[in-house]
Amino acid sequence: MLEARNIQISFGEKRIVDGISFSLQEGQWLMLAGPNGAGKSTLIEAIAQGVSYQGQFLFEGKDVRQWKSTTLAQRIGILSQKNAVAYAYTVDEVVSLGRYAHRGNILSGGDAGGAEMVEKALEMTGMKSLRHQNMLTLSGGEMQRAFLAQVFAQDPRILILDEPANHLDLRYQQEIFSLIQEWLRVPGRAVLSVVHDLSLARKYGTHAILMHEGKCVSSGRIRDVMTREHLQQVYDMDVYAWMQDMLSQWT
Amino acid sequence: MKTTARERLAPMTYTLLFVALIFTMALCICVGSVRISLHDTATAIWCAVFGLEIPQNIAKNIILNVRLPRVLCVTLSGASLSLCGAAMQGLLRNPLADGSTMGVSSGAALGAVIAMATGLTLPGFPYGGIMMAAMLSAFFSLFLILTLAYTLDRSLETSSIILIGVIYTMFISSIISLVITFASDHTRSLNFWTLGSFSGTGYDQVKLLLLTLIVCSAVIMRYAPELNAFAISEENARHIGVNVKRAKLVLLITVSVLIGVCVSISGTVSFVGLVMPHIARMLVGPNHKRLLPASLFSGAIFLLLCDLTARTLLSPIELPIGVVTSIIGAIAFVIIFYRTRKGR
Repeated sequence: MLEARNIQISFGEKRIVDGISFSLQEGQWLMLAGPNGAGKSTLIEAIAQGVSYQGQFLFEGKDVRQWKSTTLAQRIGILSQKNAVAYAYTVDEVVSLGRYAHRGNILSGGDAGGAEMVEKALEMTGMKSLRHQNMLTLSGGEMQRAFLAQVFAQDPRILILDEPANHLDLRYQQEIFSLIQEWLRVPGRAVLSVVHDLSLARKYGTHAILMHEGKCVSSGRIRDVMTREHLQQVYDMDVYAWMQDMLSQWT
Repeated sequence: MKTTARERLAPMTYTLLFVALIFTMALCICVGSVRISLHDTATAIWCAVFGLEIPQNIAKNIILNVRLPRVLCVTLSGASLSLCGAAMQGLLRNPLADGSTMGVSSGAALGAVIAMATGLTLPGFPYGGIMMAAMLSAFFSLFLILTLAYTLDRSLETSSIILIGVIYTMFISSIISLVITFASDHTRSLNFWTLGSFSGTGYDQVKLLLLTLIVCSAVIMRYAPELNAFAISEENARHIGVNVKRAKLVLLITVSVLIGVCVSISGTVSFVGLVMPHIARMLVGPNHKRLLPASLFSGAIFLLLCDLTARTLLSPIELPIGVVTSIIGAIAFVIIFYRTRKGR
């Protein structure tokens, strides 16, 4: 569904992402893992065309730069790491913005299923009771769920999530990941997400890319990537034992 | 989808704002150095619109040739400046954004002052030279300020834009002073003009403002959903499918044109675009579908009241309107900003 070919991103002289390639197939949950500064979020921002890059991202075989922004947004939904609002929008207004790419025009009949998708997204994320609440009064976790609802309302085929469990307590972390896993069960869908919590990556991911200083250290099936040797190499400490310990708690 | 209380109350709010606007316009025509009754004003306008003969005892010259064109100019300018402020505050996700705080008005003023000092004109279009210079200078200023802010932090940070805008405004003010010093023949009119004034405005300016406002407000309101997305964040706008570059360019050009035309007619009028969108936001919420029309009305009402104050406070001396808007606007802004921050 989504393929990255030799992606290189530089800010000035500094190379942030150095020759990353991957392929995301239907039904897969690809976890991007690595320490801070590895280039994971920058890579995601490049898919969203937020930073300039060399190489190619192909969606359904076509360079994403050639897709119309609305058409691409109908197919790829992105949840970023930093979400905040400056004005007192309601949760409903923010979630409804997820339908922007589907709204069409008067001739095309507008966004017929939009209201239903917004309802569904609010329901899925447990935000229905807070739908009329001012976004400025929400907690970090509620804010994150509101933006996740916006992405669900977008009704994409690929979800790209930059630390979706950011600001969430353990209960909501598990709930959100289970929710995404449920979403992924529908055929024709795939997920790419940046995660810091390796135990969550190990529990929910099907595949992974381990990044370090912009380069790919290992990629493939999650079991083959999250090994003691690879993690030791990237984190320079024994995080494998910690990951296994946390994993037993999740399960 | 359920509607919120603000959505349900929006038609009533617009009706109230419309009634308040008509009332304020009538008040501004009636009150002045010569008092005119509401009945005489209504009769004169009614007769003029339908081509009837105006009764002799009515001061038709004052109503139709002095006050009415001025009131229309003030209404359209106030609506335009407020609309631009609302659009910029949404686009840049910055409650302090406005033509005056970002240096766009000063930039437009510089272009207009240079055009006036050098006698720049466009053949067959009396205000063309000043207007064109003001619009181009406004757009160039906005482009320069945003480029400098982006180079500084790569994220168009609120504080960076305002800081650069303030420095740019100070720089431009000194350049304007320099131009005025060398253009000694025009010094008095240029000085008065840089502080803002609607004195002597006529129907030519009304037509120009009306046409520009209709076109530019249609463009800006068409971009209301995009402004909502930008008001959350530019990143969020891109993620939901907004063509960020095109939307930004269209909106910045439109805002520059509108501010440029306003400045070329009335000079620099500060604080309307900064304060009135905040008042409108309190009335109808931050959703630009409701906020933009409410900003139009509230901006027009505010500027009409400021112009009335400028004309009547020290009558027969007329104060520059920019002085009145700055004094009232600054106090109002401090109160609004303090309350908003405290309320979070």
